[in-house]
Amino acid sequence: MLRCNNYVFAKSLEEAYELNQKRNNAVVGGNGWLRLRKRQWDTVIDISELGLDNIEENDDVFKIGAMVTLSDLEHDPGIEKYTKGAVRESLMHIVGTQFRNTVTVGGSIFGRFGFSDVLSMFIVLDSYAELYKSGIVPMHEFAKMPYDNDILTGIVVKKTPLKIAYSSFRNQSTDFPVVTCAIAIGSDKITTAIGARPSKADIRTAHIDELKDKEGYAAKIAKSFDYASNLRASGEYREHIAEVLIKRTLEKIEVSYGN
Amino acid sequence: MEIKLWINDKLITDNVEPDMPMLEFLRDKGCYSVKRGCETSNCGLCTVWLEGKPILSCTMPLMRANGKHITTLEGLQNEAMEFGAFLADEGADQCGFCNPGFIMNVLAMERELESPTEEDIKEYLTGNLCRCTGYMGQLRAVKKYIEHKRGVKFDG
Repeated sequence: MLRCNNYVFAKSLEEAYELNQKRNNAVVGGNGWLRLRKRQWDTVIDISELGLDNIEENDDVFKIGAMVTLSDLEHDPGIEKYTKGAVRESLMHIVGTQFRNTVTVGGSIFGRFGFSDVLSMFIVLDSYAELYKSGIVPMHEFAKMPYDNDILTGIVVKKTPLKIAYSSFRNQSTDFPVVTCAIAIGSDKITTAIGARPSKADIRTAHIDELKDKEGYAAKIAKSFDYASNLRASGEYREHIAEVLIKRTLEKIEVSYGN
Repeated sequence: MEIKLWINDKLITDNVEPDMPMLEFLRDKGCYSVKRGCETSNCGLCTVWLEGKPILSCTMPLMRANGKHITTLEGLQNEAMEFGAFLADEGADQCGFCNPGFIMNVLAMERELESPTEEDIKEYLTGNLCRCTGYMGQLRAVKKYIEHKRGVKFDG
C-alpha cells in the first residue's frame, strides 16, 4: 500500500520539482507501481491538477501528457490512425479495463520497467520524453538514463511516416509479458525493440535492405539481445520467442500496410 | 486531509489520513461490496466507478476523488439485481466472492459499449478474475443480459 506522511497536489511544475528533490518524496502517476513499493514516503507529490491529462495533436506531432491514462491513449483516434492500431495492441493486454483507467502514461514511461509494453512500443517511434528540467530527450536515450529527480511532463511523438506493429507473448492473458516486440519501418531503416527480456526494452536499427531476408533478419536481431531467466521463462526460451515475434510482427506490418 | 465527495450520490465530508486507500475509505463508509482480492492491482474485485468510469479503488489515490462522484454496487442495487438474475440463471457463480467487482464492470461496459462483440466483452472484462470457474457461465450471462438490454439477438 502507498504509505506517506503528506499528500500534496502540486500547484505548479516548479513546486513538484522542488518537492521531488528530497529523497523521501516521490511523484505518483497512477499509483500502479508506487503502491507496491515497501517504503514509507514523506511526501507523495500529485501532479494531476497541472493539466497534463490531454493528448494534443497537430499536423506534425502528438503531445501526450504524463497524466493521460493508458485507456485514454488506447482509445485516442489520432494515435490509432497513425500507428494503425499498434499502440492499442501494446496496451490492451495490460491487466484490465479498470487498471488502464487508473494508471498513467507518465508512470509507465518514467518507471522504465523491464516488463513495460508501453516503453517497448514508444521506443521504436520517433518519440521523445519531455522533462521539466532536462528538456526533450529521445525515448531510446531516456530509456537508458539513470533515475533522477526530474519530472516527466509528457511524451512527444513526431508523425514521421512509419510502418508500425506490436506483438507480445504472455504465459497467460493480463499477466506481465514474457517478451515484447515492436517494429517500425521508415523510408530507409527498420527499428526493432525487444523488451521484457526480462530487462527493459532496447532497440536495434538496420537498413531496410536487410528485410530482403526476413528469416535471417529475425534470427540476427533476436540473437543480438541479452536475455535472462526469471519466474516466467528462461532466457533461452525468451530468445526463441523473440525471433518468432519479430517474424510475426513483420507479417503484421505486411498485412496492415502491404509490401 | 479534508475530503468532500459523493458516494452513491450522497455527499460525504471527512478528515482522512493522507495515505488512506480509497478502498478502505469506502468500506469505512459502509460499502462492503468493495473488497480486496489481491495486493497487486490485478483482480478487479475492488472495482468502483469514479465519475462513471470503472477504476481500481485499491490503486486510485483517494484524494483524487475529492469533489467527485464515486459509485459502488450499493448505489446500483436495481441493476445489480437485474444482472444478478442472469448470472444465477446460467449457474455462473460458485463462491460469489468476485461478483461485486465483476458486476460493476459489466454494468460499466453495458453503458460504454454500444453493441459489443464476444471479443469486446472478453477484452473489457478480462481484468476481473474468478478463481472458481472458467468464465463460460459469466459470458453466457453477459450475452443474454446485453440481448435483454438491447432488445436484439446477440450476434457477436
